[in-house]
Amino acid sequence: MTKEYETIINTITLPYRWALGPAWTRFFDGLKEEKIYGTRCRKCKKIFVPARSFCPDCFEDLDEWSDVSQEGTLRSWTLVKKSHYGQVRRPPYALGLIHLDGTDCDFIHFIGGIDLSDLKKVREKIKAGTRVKAVWNKEKNANIHDISYFKPLK
Amino acid sequence: MGKAVAIIGTGQTKHGRRNDVSYPELVREAVKAALEDAGLTPKDIEGVVSGTMPSMMEGISDTHLYFADAICEVGKPVLKVETCGSTGQSIAHCGFYWVASGAADIVLVVGSEKMFEGDGQATMSTVADPWFLKPFSAGAPGVFTMQAMEWMHRFNIPEDKAREAAALISLTNHDNALNNPFAHIKITMTIEDAKNAFIITYPVRLLDVCPTSDGACAVIFASEEKAKKICKKPAWIKGVGFRGEEYFLGESNKSIWPSATEAAKHAYEQAGIKNPLKELDVAEVYNPFTYQEMIFYECFGFCPRGEGPDYVLKGTFTMKGELPCDPSGGVLCTNPIGASGLIRLAEAALQVTGKAGARQIDGAKLALSHAMGGIDQFNGVTIVGADL
Ligand SMILES: [Zn+2]
Repeated sequence: MTKEYETIINTITLPYRWALGPAWTRFFDGLKEEKIYGTRCRKCKKIFVPARSFCPDCFEDLDEWSDVSQEGTLRSWTLVKKSHYGQVRRPPYALGLIHLDGTDCDFIHFIGGIDLSDLKKVREKIKAGTRVKAVWNKEKNANIHDISYFKPLK
Repeated sequence: MGKAVAIIGTGQTKHGRRNDVSYPELVREAVKAALEDAGLTPKDIEGVVSGTMPSMMEGISDTHLYFADAICEVGKPVLKVETCGSTGQSIAHCGFYWVASGAADIVLVVGSEKMFEGDGQATMSTVADPWFLKPFSAGAPGVFTMQAMEWMHRFNIPEDKAREAAALISLTNHDNALNNPFAHIKITMTIEDAKNAFIITYPVRLLDVCPTSDGACAVIFASEEKAKKICKKPAWIKGVGFRGEEYFLGESNKSIWPSATEAAKHAYEQAGIKNPLKELDVAEVYNPFTYQEMIFYECFGFCPRGEGPDYVLKGTFTMKGELPCDPSGGVLCTNPIGASGLIRLAEAALQVTGKAGARQIDGAKLALSHAMGGIDQFNGVTIVGADL
């Protein structure tokens, strides 16, 4: 703690160990094997991805696992230009809301594999409705970054 | 809705960078102003509700310890409510329900944030889990921008038209803020400035985005009996609505935003409002992002879906328009997060009681106030009126 005239400076660092539970653990294990798992609700028939242990709509247990498509359609996107504390990537980088084929919700991840330095080019390649496909990281750590990004198809 | 409830006093700090005071001193500034406005002393307060953004923002988690003396809570029942950006409406609803239930006659509600003390974007990134959502949220702008892009796509809104309308919203709010003695950002700007500002998250630019601010707001709620006795011109609560959404972004359709739509609908039903554009005299919409403000207009029934930009460009929501929005300059010019939603309500109350000074809408009798919070997750609406 540093005391300066009129203010006091102190940095708080707090360690946590969050429990993922069985569904999210299996989802991350799946990523390590280049599979994207969702879970399907027996009642409303919806497939949710990332996989989860209970249905957000029906409150039913979800135990039907589905190896979902790694291709999908872009619902929305943005190009992040400004940096801020704690960012995983340095701007510019693109984010997308991806509707993976056969699922019933959107999935948020990076859009990549294209030149992101020129906004005009980015707008040609990335649009709502663009088809995208998961590109895997060579190194796997059973976390969300095992998928490197989703790449626009053509 | 329970028993009738009125707002009998409001208080705001001068918002901005407030290194001149400690956090409790800042909070007290708003509480003192509200007590003076209502003509009450701390002894008259029967219960206290307070809230901030989740307390990670303050760096001191027990805000009820830190603010104990500033919010006059000693010896009184105390409640704390936090729902990110919508905290201000949540604490207001809590105060309303408390009095409407008949369990108390006078309740003090206090919202605050001192964002220059910490790193706003860093603490905001702690609102989401770090293994699914946080890596892809890009602070608040990333999420709100993707929502705006989804909305433009769904309703085939040309990007240039949305850009033009967003720039006009920016100009309107910045002009309005010049009339508000409490506002933080006071600049004169042009449409071209908004369109050429630095890109934060494409297509959102610097002048499309709210600042971070220090500030506090206090509102005093009273029962009908007390309000009629104490206050010459109370603002009556006509309707309240609040809705939440799921955990994962991507589950509900944010281009038609169910929580915003349903929260307003619930409040309108109670207030007996059928045509909000015609019946409301003024609205204080929670508008940290210009593009998102247009989605709110549509969700609140101010215009048909997909026509937000057309109505904006017609001037519907300017000071001289059919339904002036954010005469205060809104969140776009002042954003002490935990206070922002309550400031919307305080401003709405000032409007219907004719106390809004240079930003007064002549003869305003019915006003909407609103706040949004979380990863596009919460929306709260409160309608106030001049008549019981
Ligand atoms: Zn279900």
